[in-house]
Amino acid sequence: MYWDLFKVFFRIGAFTIGGGLAMLPLIEADVVNRKKWITKEDFTDLLAATQTLPGVIAINIAVGVGYRLKGLKGALTAVAGAVIAPFFAILALALFFKSFRDNPVVERIFLGMRPVVVALIAVPVITTMRAIGLTVVTGFIAASSAMLIWLFGVSPVWVILAAGLGGYLWYRFDKYRNRRKGL
Amino acid sequence: MIYLQLFLTFLKIGLFCFGGGYAMLSLIQDEVVGHHGWLTMQEFSDIVAISQMTPGPIAINTATYVGYTSSGGNILGSVMATLALIIPSVVLMILVSRFIIKYRENQTVQGIFRAIRPVVVGLIASAVLVMATPENFVDFRSYLLFSLAFLAAYFYKVHPILLMFLGGVAGFLMY
Repeated sequence: MYWDLFKVFFRIGAFTIGGGLAMLPLIEADVVNRKKWITKEDFTDLLAATQTLPGVIAINIAVGVGYRLKGLKGALTAVAGAVIAPFFAILALALFFKSFRDNPVVERIFLGMRPVVVALIAVPVITTMRAIGLTVVTGFIAASSAMLIWLFGVSPVWVILAAGLGGYLWYRFDKYRNRRKGL
Repeated sequence: MIYLQLFLTFLKIGLFCFGGGYAMLSLIQDEVVGHHGWLTMQEFSDIVAISQMTPGPIAINTATYVGYTSSGGNILGSVMATLALIIPSVVLMILVSRFIIKYRENQTVQGIFRAIRPVVVGLIASAVLVMATPENFVDFRSYLLFSLAFLAAYFYKVHPILLMFLGGVAGFLMY
């Protein structure tokens, strides 16, 4: 199991170009769809948590998944797996960086890869929305938070905290209303 | 004591960078270029370019690279910087995971997450919007690749790594 966890996150670390949320589709494909270690719903909650916390998103997800499965040792295993490939890749690059970057073949390959990376991040927008259930309310929350972050540069931290507070008040209000109805 | 400095600086970056990825860049630049002068602005831009092309998150790539160059080409510098960056993630995520696992069935927590889940969709969507730049979409071929990759991933669940590999091959052949 530890070896499996290490392998999965090693692959994720090794094949994520661009970092950050670009790792998301890879992690979901392996952890939710292929290995079925956690459900799509749990994965979404985990994402919310990782976005609220500081730090590297991919590492946060590795810790979250590893911990959920195997506790502290699982978390450390997943992190080690995720970090090793990028670490050595950059170290190798630091040695002959200039020649790599100016290589026209490398540039052509990356011209083809970049739009694919963006497409891979676009897919979970739709699959996650469908998993949550698209209603007027959820659609509005999703669209307005995307706009706040993209257009107005609001930090995701504030958006998530505001939503959490909103959810809490909404829950209290529902409870209050139901109690009154009960009387 | 360059190693201690590296460690403390990247610990700080790991602790105060919210939002990840591109959101982290300004803080990293402020520390590494502005405050410590470990990299020139030009070198920093190069690092951002490299992390677009190499595996791994931008912040990890920067930490590893800066650790190496600023310590005069010593791997120990890379190790210190990278470790320091990861430590806050590990500690905080474990605390939060504990909390989530313990209180998952709690009604109030459920209510809070009901509102947060759609926000996560918005966050991912904003990442797509932020990445839809002229550097990533140079001409109609980029849009073609984007559309094909999207359809293949959405309808046929083709594995992302295979798609990126195919994208690389297509880029090599087309440009």
